[in-house]
Amino acid sequence: MASPSTTADVVATPSSSDSDNYLTHDKGIASWLLTLDHKRIGVMYLASVLTAFALGGTFALILRTELLTPGKTIIEHDTYNQMFTMHGAIMVFLVIIPGIPAALGNIALPLQLGAKDVAFPKLNLASYYLWVLGAVCMLTSLVTSAADTGWTFYAPYSTTTQTNVIPAAMGAFILGFSSIFTGLNFIVTIHKLRPPGMGWFRMPLFTWALYSTALIQVLATPVIGITLLMMMVERTLHIGIFDPTLGGDPVLFQHFFWFYSHPAVYIMVVPGFGVIGDIIPVFSRKRIFGYKFIAVSSLAIAFLGFLVWGHHMFVAGQSLLAGSIFSAITFLIAIPTAIKVFNWITTMYKGRIHLDTPMLYALAFLWVFTIGGLTGVFLAVMSVDVHLHDTYFVVAHFHYVMMGGAITALLGGIHYWWPKAFGRMYNEKLGRIGAVTVFVGLNVTFFPQFILGSRGMPRRYYNYLPEFQPLHQLSTFGAYMLGVGFLMTAVYLIQSLRKKPDAPANPWGSRTLEWTISSPPPYYNFHTPPTVTRGPYDDYEDLVYDPKIKGYVEKKSGRAASA
Amino acid sequence: MSDRAPEVAETPKSSSAPPPAADHGHAHDDHGHDDHGDHDPIHAANPHLAHHFDTPQQQFDAGKLGIWLFLLTEVLFFAGLFCAYTVYRAMRPEVFVYAHYFLDTRLGAINTCVLLVSSLTAAWAVRNAQLGQHALLKLNIVITICCAFGFLGIKYVEYHHKFEDGLLPGPRFAPTEQVWELPSFKAKHPEAAEYAERLVKRAEKLEGSKQGAAVPAPAVLGGAAPTSSTVAGNPPAAASAAATGSAPLAPGAVVEAKPELPHGTTTSAGTSPAETAPEKTLLSETTQNGEGRPTLEQVEPLIAAGVIGPKAENRDVPSRPRNAHVFFSVYFFMTGLHGIHVAVGIGVWIWMLLKAMKNEFGPNYFGPIDYTALYWHLVDLIWIYLFPLLYLIH
Amino acid sequence: MTMVSPLLLLQPATNLPKFPESDEFWMPLDASVTAHDTDWLYMFMVWGSVIFAVAIFAAMFYFVRVYRAKSREANEHAEPSSEHNTTLEITWSVIPMFIVVALFVWGFQGFVSLRTPPKGALEIQATGQKWKWLFDYPHGTEDALHVPVNVPVRVVIHSVDVLHSLYLPNFRVKMDAVPGRYTDLWFQATKVGDFPIFCAEYCGTSHSDMLSHVIVHAPGDYEKWLAEQKKKLEDIPLPELGKLLYQKQGCSTCHTIDGTRLIGPTWKGMFGRTEKFTDGKSLAVDENYIRESILDPQAKVVDTYPPSMPTYQGKLSDRQLSGIIEYIKSLK
Repeated sequence: MASPSTTADVVATPSSSDSDNYLTHDKGIASWLLTLDHKRIGVMYLASVLTAFALGGTFALILRTELLTPGKTIIEHDTYNQMFTMHGAIMVFLVIIPGIPAALGNIALPLQLGAKDVAFPKLNLASYYLWVLGAVCMLTSLVTSAADTGWTFYAPYSTTTQTNVIPAAMGAFILGFSSIFTGLNFIVTIHKLRPPGMGWFRMPLFTWALYSTALIQVLATPVIGITLLMMMVERTLHIGIFDPTLGGDPVLFQHFFWFYSHPAVYIMVVPGFGVIGDIIPVFSRKRIFGYKFIAVSSLAIAFLGFLVWGHHMFVAGQSLLAGSIFSAITFLIAIPTAIKVFNWITTMYKGRIHLDTPMLYALAFLWVFTIGGLTGVFLAVMSVDVHLHDTYFVVAHFHYVMMGGAITALLGGIHYWWPKAFGRMYNEKLGRIGAVTVFVGLNVTFFPQFILGSRGMPRRYYNYLPEFQPLHQLSTFGAYMLGVGFLMTAVYLIQSLRKKPDAPANPWGSRTLEWTISSPPPYYNFHTPPTVTRGPYDDYEDLVYDPKIKGYVEKKSGRAASA
Repeated sequence: MSDRAPEVAETPKSSSAPPPAADHGHAHDDHGHDDHGDHDPIHAANPHLAHHFDTPQQQFDAGKLGIWLFLLTEVLFFAGLFCAYTVYRAMRPEVFVYAHYFLDTRLGAINTCVLLVSSLTAAWAVRNAQLGQHALLKLNIVITICCAFGFLGIKYVEYHHKFEDGLLPGPRFAPTEQVWELPSFKAKHPEAAEYAERLVKRAEKLEGSKQGAAVPAPAVLGGAAPTSSTVAGNPPAAASAAATGSAPLAPGAVVEAKPELPHGTTTSAGTSPAETAPEKTLLSETTQNGEGRPTLEQVEPLIAAGVIGPKAENRDVPSRPRNAHVFFSVYFFMTGLHGIHVAVGIGVWIWMLLKAMKNEFGPNYFGPIDYTALYWHLVDLIWIYLFPLLYLIH
Repeated sequence: MTMVSPLLLLQPATNLPKFPESDEFWMPLDASVTAHDTDWLYMFMVWGSVIFAVAIFAAMFYFVRVYRAKSREANEHAEPSSEHNTTLEITWSVIPMFIVVALFVWGFQGFVSLRTPPKGALEIQATGQKWKWLFDYPHGTEDALHVPVNVPVRVVIHSVDVLHSLYLPNFRVKMDAVPGRYTDLWFQATKVGDFPIFCAEYCGTSHSDMLSHVIVHAPGDYEKWLAEQKKKLEDIPLPELGKLLYQKQGCSTCHTIDGTRLIGPTWKGMFGRTEKFTDGKSLAVDENYIRESILDPQAKVVDTYPPSMPTYQGKLSDRQLSGIIEYIKSLK
């Protein structure tokens, strides 16, 4: 096979300010709203998801402000209940589940595969509009009588409360389809659109993570769909599936709900693993340690994640036998997860580490996810869970893994792919300050909540006993810090967009395919799929840093990078 | 697996012609996502080949994988309902036995045949598309659509009957006929039907003779008085839980746990006969009138259907099982959701018909027909499961 | 967002439960026989996590310090090292596996013991309703859980409306209250005192106010208390009985006696008042109406109030009903 074909197309001069790219190629609002370009869809998702994050985060700040005092501080009981419901529903369904796959995955996945687009571009756009429709439904609930059931919609409260549950549940239902279609698209893309030479074990770990996530999306989401549908039908037609006064069984709802929602948390965090898996080798200038183990562990986690839903129900009236099986398998999941953490750290051993913002987020992730993951083990222990279930310990655990895991990884990924997607570098100093602020804020907000929980403070409490106040106040202080960190990040990121494009094709010296084309990429990505001759983290030594363009080029050819 | 990227040594799937250097200046073209195909011969020769696929085979394979994944999600979607069905049938078998008498098995069977025929024509249509047989393709699509409409029509008739007969989900459940009056029940269990009629008449006589005074609830077959409260708020299902012996409750409830056998053993082990012996029960009325004890054929189908016995709603007179509406909730939900999928399928087939009328399909391009037919087969398959589970309960 | 229900008063501060003083950092004072096992396992995991986390963070910080690159311009290369090591992978899979198996076994054993009440345990019924816990004793219902020390107690729990969860943090026990079904938990108190009870399953507006107390009596005191309560209810005049029941039966959660509107109509001035109902009819409040509203609350719902009152059918004796009626009469 002669020379690789596409790299001839890559413009050696990295500055794309005067050349055409996907951002400038078509103009006008219609060209965005009706685009079939995965990169534009990804950008729209990114903006939408971050907007929803801001809304959900504002609710969080209001909730934490209310919790500064044991009694009423600024809002009433019912408002508080509605707010924590919408905070959870928005964060789970509008932000974290779509989050990394829809925003970063859409931008980067086809590029990592040297493809022109995902397998089904129209379905991709449909996914986005379903997200929008789902968001509108949720907002409808929000502005009328917002649902006050908790994002978990437990029956029979959810089937009898007077608040406007149906739009919120309908929103989640529609968002489920958005998620399914994204997953379906990615699975087919990864199976069918890989370039020549890229076998499964030459794919970047981000791709592996998206694949495992997509499998969960496709297999688990329909179940929440039917569960929400059943709950809505019960609410309107009183058919008697979950409400015991109508002959139903409330615990059945919990089984159905968690059958999806447990795998859903892996939808939230596995893509994060993928982002970290791509960042660490690049910023350590070293091949990832244990590539195969990391890749396969994503699949193992995806599979095992389907078998543990009952660990949310140890005290719900579930049988002892069922509980013990769920507990045992939950412990199993800890193993592939731990393997990943060990492998990532070992990658840094004898590497050459650059602490740019994406790497700071990756390191933050390692810290926060370790704590979050370890505390999951506490909850898997049946006897201890009896005490900790439905306390702030659980709240702390899932915020550590979701905020600390998924959101930190999302931010890391945003900073990593920002120059590629937008052709602009953000202010690195501010980036580091933002990362540190978010990291510190995270810990100050959520670590005290472990203590609150083990001391007996239940969750979803508007009022609380005065003895819990100091820890609540500390947590609230951390929340404000988090808010400041996020705000700062938003400001400098948006600021960077106002510059002229100045980013090189490969600022970080990565080996994955997206860095072989210009920043931003041309609308067509690659004319023909590049032929891949190496792994995604190989031969960093063949790249050399060119200070003139502030990016890496091939030693031999002077090109940005090749496959 | 056809999805493995070929090894380096093979010819890449991309076009063999190197991209023309002039491409760089093509910014003004909207080869965004139109298939102008002026880049390479493959796209030029295949107008249906999307720009981001390299060969028609790749596009077809991708679509095939995509539709299979989608069908998988549909299976999981329905699986939740099948799961709810299983749970409720295991917990309350009498409800399902009771309710199935109300369904018209004939209409259900006809619908099954209709869908099977439509699946046949759908599969045939794929073959037609592959062979470029345009006329036959259009015909088969039309027949498929007609069958689908036929299915929905028969469903409408069934639903209409149910609404008329008061067989609605949830609290609107108010059957106009008693189950033992149904021809389907009478045909299968004539003695039981007749016995139930007799019991009803006796109950009416008893009511009349007591002149409306509060009846201390002589149970149909003996046993303790019913629990005093069915007002919402106390756990009403706890009474049924007690009846099925699944909750640790006061001993008084245990008496209700065992259905009385007609052979005269009015007490089960350990339960006190004191509550049953002195009361005038309908049963004892019967025997005192010298008609002999009821036989197994008379009683067993009624107990299985929850008409009399511990699962019945009313202890005094043949009625129906508690929570009978749950079956119809499940029935309408499952068949309704399935019907929606049939309707969507009709829409997609019409779209395919419109494309077929323009002779768009042929040996080089038949993916959409293939995928639609696959979807249709799944819709049919789901019905094949629904039919026995709902209609053929024995 | 609109509010669902009218302004709620906070629980009177005197009724708030309080945790007894404890010098534990993580856990509240342990007051039950099984708490020790739970706490031990918890602390084992705390220390295990600390060791594990410190090891990881130490490695992380160390590598960052030692292997930090000077600058990108320097173009430093990573030192050669292996990129995979199956032995290492297996080691650090197997060792954690042993640990988690041990954790599972201990947790399972602890759970079995938490789910297995000793034979002959004292049984008390607990009812969860929005938003009050009620406990049944031979003499009637109380709003606190009274138990003797050093005696195993089995609490049989159910809910009359939505899911609740009975949580006794000092005893490390918790169990959901499920409508339509009975669940149970058991504990044996080892310390005399007054401990909090929380509701631990979100149940609506006043979920966080659904508090109660576990009052652990010294040996001999429990029987004394039972006898006292029985006597109280038998002897006292009806209006006083009604006043007692107003608190203990949970009426105070939704009805005030001072004219303030809460979830339900105020009792002040109720007797003789003409109420209008959601079906348009109206009538003057008399003994029959009050009795009916207690036993079948959905029969007549006063207009503008939610239909959320649970029934007390089977829970109040005739004398108790009369007591409540007389009490309401006295609230002019």
